[in-house]
Order: sequence, then structure tokens, then C-alpha cells
Amino acid sequence: MDEGRQEVPRTSFMQSLAIQRRVIHALIMREVITRFGRHNIGFLWLFVEPMIFTVGVTLIWGALKSVHGSNLTIAAFAVTGYSSVLVWRNMPSRLVDSIEPNLSLMYHRNVRIFDIFAGRLLLEGVSVATSFLVLTIIFAAVGWLSLPEDPFKVVVGWLMLAWWGSGLGMFVGALSHRSELIDKFWHPMQYLLFPLSGSAFLVDALPPEFRDWVLILPMVHGVECVRDGFFGSEFVAHYDLGYMATINLIFTLLALVEIRRASRNLVPA
Amino acid sequence: MIRLENISKAYRTRTGRHWVFKDVGFTIRRGEKIGILGRNGAGKSTLVRLIGGIEQPTSGRIVGDMSISWPLAFSGAFQHSLTGLDNLKFICRIYDKDPEEAAVAVEEFAELGRYMKEPIKTYSAGMRARLGFGISLAVDFDCFLIDEIVAVGDKRFQEKCYDELFVKRKDRAMIIVSHNDNFVRQRCDRAAVLARGTLTEFEDMDEAYAFYQANERG
Repeated sequence: MDEGRQEVPRTSFMQSLAIQRRVIHALIMREVITRFGRHNIGFLWLFVEPMIFTVGVTLIWGALKSVHGSNLTIAAFAVTGYSSVLVWRNMPSRLVDSIEPNLSLMYHRNVRIFDIFAGRLLLEGVSVATSFLVLTIIFAAVGWLSLPEDPFKVVVGWLMLAWWGSGLGMFVGALSHRSELIDKFWHPMQYLLFPLSGSAFLVDALPPEFRDWVLILPMVHGVECVRDGFFGSEFVAHYDLGYMATINLIFTLLALVEIRRASRNLVPA
Repeated sequence: MIRLENISKAYRTRTGRHWVFKDVGFTIRRGEKIGILGRNGAGKSTLVRLIGGIEQPTSGRIVGDMSISWPLAFSGAFQHSLTGLDNLKFICRIYDKDPEEAAVAVEEFAELGRYMKEPIKTYSAGMRARLGFGISLAVDFDCFLIDEIVAVGDKRFQEKCYDELFVKRKDRAMIIVSHNDNFVRQRCDRAAVLARGTLTEFEDMDEAYAFYQANERG
């Protein structure tokens, strides 16, 4: 029954790629103008907003934990932790219920749900990554933290987190088109997951029997990897990128299936 | 050429599947103009949405090598908080058209003046339709989808629309969906009737009209 297909006009893989690039670019430009307009600092809010969050959290954590030891690690701990939260949390939040308000875009044959998702994910990724980078440089300049010991590990860990955020995001985003319950559940879920996500603790500081449980969550592995790259010589990191990649892959596949399903059932006004 | 092969469409309803039509098939070649007649509720708009790629068929497929427009004068694809010009730029980016060139053409055609730089939510329905029509002409397609007769703006503007579509673009294919047989008779090479849950093609206009009359109830 589900064999309905639309193939007008046929394009080669390279042509399709070019169209997709164009469409995603157009969607990003549209999103930026719609969300930030042309007032005051405009699209710079894209980077400033996550920076305000992270700076706030750094100051609070710094104030609370300053009795325990050096400020140097607290800032690095907070920046790595909160930048990681923002990736896996903001990406899905941007995609939940993002199909409905964009339904009218489906009047343009080249625009697909995947493009709407990809545009928003890219925007969110760039926004959080820039905030992470800029804050690291500023904090290092004022002496709150030292630059990463192994920048490559930081990038890998962060990309793994972004992949997790994208996979999970596309999955819940497509699912939210099927049921409005997803939106209701996503908000409490993200709050409940935050304390377990590895952002506010080091896995090594947990009791060993609790470690295995927490390491079921893929984002814990990503945060640990980012921190390993940042200040790995100061603690024992616990992570398995192979495990994280497997979970990411599973969620990405589930997401693609769900997107396909949602695409078939679109009924624009 | 665009070919519809055994297209069926069903919607889920509380009381099970509702089939709008089954096994619809036809072929349209470059430059051809096909009229599709149907009563209210016969599934005309659904068929237009399937051909336009807005919705997916439940079964069957649509193949071809012509670019197809969105239903003409349709203005729902606009972001209402953005200006007419921003929307125009967005659509140009999607279809790989030069926005500057398109802006000139649309401004001349839609006669919106300084309103091009105002948010679409401040437009009247007529202004929106004019902009939508203007943009679809600027993007340009091999095949235009026309849902009902283009009834946009005043008489002078309508004449302009007819001129743009049927004179300047008479080499394009068109699929015109309407309940007005007169219009279809004047503008189309052949007609098909959407009734009894499927599409029946006719070579002869009178036959199509007779069949259409005989099937008052979609």
C-alpha cells in the first residue's frame, strides 16, 4: 500500500545534492530573518544567547564550588559541561513541533521535512559551537581556564554529541508530527536527563556500581570525551565512542524511518 | 512529459480509510493543455496537490521530466511575518533563480510598490494573490498547475494574467482544474472528468461535457 512515489523530475545524485544545499541554505536564511529580524544585534543573538546561558552557569557553579578547589578547573568543567548540554538539548527542542508551522513550505516540491530539520540542526550546531569556541578563548584569555590539552578529542567528542542531538532531534521531531504527546513529554524528559547527562559530574567521581548505569546514556560518553580533550591529565575519563556511535546510528536510522513516514502523511492546509 | 500511473489517494478518517480516487492515470506532453473537470468534493484539489508534489499518493507513481509549478496564485507558501521581498528571495533561492531579476519582474507585474518591503501579514488577500501569481511567473515552469480559474484582482489585472499565461507562455504545458466547463473548453486541448472515484479521459470536449453533466454527484 505504501508504495506511492513522486519522481518529477528525475535528477542525478549530484543534482539532488546541489538542490538540497540550495534549499537548506534558503531555509537557514529564512529562519535567521524570521527568528532574529533585522533589529539591534540581529543574527548575533544566535551566538550570544547560548553564551549568556553558559556564562551564567559557569558563574553559579564557580560560586558554589569555589570552596572545593581551584577556579581553573571549575570554569573548564562548566564550559565543557554546559556547551554539551546545549547541543543535545537544543537540537531536539528546535525540531519538536517544527513540521506543522512549516507545512506550507511543502508547496515547494524541492523542500522536504529532512531539509527543514537539517537547516535547523545546522543553525543550532553552529550557534552552540561558536559560543563554546568564543567562551573558551575569552575564559582562557582572562585566565579562568587553560586551552584544551588535546583539541582533536574535544572536536570529536563535541561532534559525537552533535550527532546524538541530531539523531534524537530528528526522531522526536518527526514523531511529534504523529502525536502531540511528544511535545508534552520532551520538556520533562530534558530536565530529568540533565542531571544524569554527565554535564554536572565526572563519571569517575561516581560510585563504581552507579557508573555503568549512567554510561547507558550516550551523551555521558560525549561529555567525558570533550573533557578528556580539555583537561584529561587532571582526571580519569570513562567513555566508549564505539558504544556512543552505535546508539547514535540506531537513533539516526529510526529518525529516517520516522521522517519517511511523516512525509507520506503530510497534509498541508 | 509527465505521467501519472495508477494513482490512488486515501485519507485516514475516524471511520477508516476514505478513498478520494483510485487508479487515476494520464500523460501530459510539453505544451499540452489539459482540463480536469470535477464537482466540488470530487477530489480536484487533492489531484492538484499530488501532481504538484505537495502530498504523496497512497499508491501509484508520478514520473516525468518537466518542472511543475505549485498551484498558481497560491499564496500559502509565504512566511507572513516576512516582507514580500524576503519571501521572493527565499523562493528564488529554492528554485535557483536570480532574486534581483525576479524582483524587478514581480514588482512590475504585481504592482505592490513600496508594499514589497512590508510584512505579508499587512497585505490584503488580493495583494497576496498578486504577489503569489507574480512569483510563480517569475520562477517559470515547464508545466503550470492551475486550480480553478485565476480570479485575482480586478478586470485589468485578470487580463494581464491571461496575457502572461496563455499568450506569452502558450508553449508551456498546463493542467487546469475547474468546475467551469466553458473555461476548460476555451483554453484546453482535451479534457478529463474526475467523477465516481476515478478520472475518465476524453478526446472530444463535448463528450467530456456530457459525461460531466451526467455525473452531477461527484
